[in-house]
Amino acid sequence: MEIIQQILFVAALAVTGWYITKRVRLITRAIKLGRAENRFDHPDERLKTMLLVAFGQKKMFTNLLVGVMHFVIYAGFLIVNLEVLEIILDGMLGTHRLFAPYITPVYPILIDVFELLAFGVLAVCVIFLCRRFIAKVPRFQEKRHREMTRWPRTDAAIILTAEILLMIAFLTWNASDSVLRDRGVGHYAELQGVVPDFLISQFFKPLFAGFSDTALTVYERTTWWLHILGILTFAVYVTYSKHLHIALGFPNVYFSDLQPKGEMQNMPEITKEVQLALGLPVTTDADGSQNNDNGEQPAEVGRFGAKDVQDLKWINLMNAYSCTECGRCTSVCPANITGKKLSPRKIMMDTRDRLEEIQRGWKTNGYDYKDEKSLLNDYITAEELNACTTCQACVNACPININPLDIILQLRRYRVMEESQAPASWNAMFSNIENNMAPWKFSPSDRFNWADQVNEK
Amino acid sequence: MSTEKTYKVPTMADMVASGEEPEILFWVGCAGSFDDRYKRVTIAFVRILNHVGIKFAVLGSEEACTGDPARRAGNEFLFQMQAMANIQVLNGYNVKKIVTACPHCFNTLKNEYPELGGNYEVIHHSQFLQGLINEGRVRVKDGQSFKGRRITFHDSCYLGRANKVYEAPREVLAALDADLVEMKRVRANGLCCGAGGGQYFKEPEPGKKDVNVERVEEALSTGADTIAVACPFCMTMMSDGVKNKNREDSVRVYDISELIAQGQGL
Ligand code: SF4
Ligand code: SF4
Repeated sequence: MEIIQQILFVAALAVTGWYITKRVRLITRAIKLGRAENRFDHPDERLKTMLLVAFGQKKMFTNLLVGVMHFVIYAGFLIVNLEVLEIILDGMLGTHRLFAPYITPVYPILIDVFELLAFGVLAVCVIFLCRRFIAKVPRFQEKRHREMTRWPRTDAAIILTAEILLMIAFLTWNASDSVLRDRGVGHYAELQGVVPDFLISQFFKPLFAGFSDTALTVYERTTWWLHILGILTFAVYVTYSKHLHIALGFPNVYFSDLQPKGEMQNMPEITKEVQLALGLPVTTDADGSQNNDNGEQPAEVGRFGAKDVQDLKWINLMNAYSCTECGRCTSVCPANITGKKLSPRKIMMDTRDRLEEIQRGWKTNGYDYKDEKSLLNDYITAEELNACTTCQACVNACPININPLDIILQLRRYRVMEESQAPASWNAMFSNIENNMAPWKFSPSDRFNWADQVNEK
Repeated sequence: MSTEKTYKVPTMADMVASGEEPEILFWVGCAGSFDDRYKRVTIAFVRILNHVGIKFAVLGSEEACTGDPARRAGNEFLFQMQAMANIQVLNGYNVKKIVTACPHCFNTLKNEYPELGGNYEVIHHSQFLQGLINEGRVRVKDGQSFKGRRITFHDSCYLGRANKVYEAPREVLAALDADLVEMKRVRANGLCCGAGGGQYFKEPEPGKKDVNVERVEEALSTGADTIAVACPFCMTMMSDGVKNKNREDSVRVYDISELIAQGQGL
């Protein structure tokens, strides 16, 4: 009997592992569609940022209450994994509470902590569900935000409900286990006196008073299996969900922008053209490296700016997979606040949706597959792009240092430089700069006229 | 007012001709050169520079747009054309230290020119004024015109969030001995005036209201009679917003350097 359970368990683990590996490969492949960009510089600063922002959740605490609640789930997630380790070993070895006899004095303390966290997670998930679906926090509502369509909202509900069920399974499993120990049934008796009642689950014990020994054993086994199968399913589900941030959040922050928020990235391929146009010595190759004049052909220059995900940088694509759809970016966006179509969260979600569309294409048609669609126009419209004031509020607000503005800028570059599709008044501004050295139509020779007035009262 | 005093605006070319080198280059910017309202700010700042006796120069008609609006609107070619031409001029004069009253010029010169070969120490005029006040070179006479006035400061994105300059303009205002009141969204959470990213040069996309109106409503709700700004675009957007609310008789928009110049009787 035991051995069948062990075999089933190992099989479940193997299937999960195989599936997750497949998903990770696919997502990595999608991220690698993006253009090369070195984000391995300044490791010290990157590590520090990751410790503060990802591990320390620094930016979550701008809203203290939500910060604390999220921290409970986060700590629960990190620490409950220790418990999962025991569960997995038990499952494979056919043991029961493997660690208990070895670390007797600390074991109950550990489980008490896990239970406390599990209870915290449960409570917070209930509150989060209420916030979304009863109190209707505006940034999650479809009425106000058209990117919050059915799937993102269902996704959030599934995750929160799943976490609640997992925690209930965990707590009642401990409770039924305690009762079995008290009654001295089968192998449960072995831990009598070694493992006491636990902090939270002891209160659930009365629920099981009327259960027969067999029923109780069945309940204990079922919840044990539910708990671990739930976790494994969850791990696979996460790769399809906004919940992927629990894994990608860390590297995403590690590789985030280090330069000042107002600095927009240089396009070295253009530097070369401009140097040629101005008759200056060319100092860079198209890839940005110093010109070494060894006669090598520079790497082929792609598009100017981005039309589709392939034209973006890999970090933009990792950003898209990491986005939690929390909408903090959108709720500080001046364009969005004043009713324009632009929503930085939608920019991130569109980018991910486009990547997933390509993934689906790969599945049915192989990796060379190309379709007719593009991120620009099919997902993100000119009206959205044109509304951005480049104020960086979204970049500042994102709890995991995602940069929606960078994508907006690259799409703008494509529209302006490849398609010459700027709004007419921008074109006028461009030609003024070109001809008058100022965005307005004034004669450059009048530029210094203000000085005549310094001595006027 | 000190009518006897004459203020001077030396150009870089003058300096070179007389074999001199200025301490700082004052980068005026397009708005500071052409916008009627913002010219008053340029003049106020030049008067302060004269008053404290700093050796400065401007480029005059040799200055050109930094390219900021072009880059942010997506026209990288035009930006780099402007940048390289400006860098040639600046490097030609061996410029080392630049002060500017425009956060957009500040950000571009400071963060974006180095990669194209332009390396300078770039200071925003709020930081520069703060320095003068700290050194005691600028002293606002005992609150003649400011006592009891309520001033609120509007953070501009390219000074604040972009470059983390939050305190300098506030310290400058603190020297005025007025009542400083903060809006709800300030510093890193400051709300854009609605002009950045090339928005200034086109109509806004359709929406419920304009960004500057939203921001002015917030400023007015502080009860301030003066909205202090440190950016030419914020200046226009805030002024338009105040007009939109029909409050131009009771609420004024000033640049911090104008307030300091007023406080000094310049
Ligand atoms: S940078 Fe653009 S998208 Fe981001 S908050 Fe500002 S206006 Fe919105
Ligand atoms: S980009 Fe950041 S702030 Fe915006 S929804 Fe995604 S995770 Fe939240």
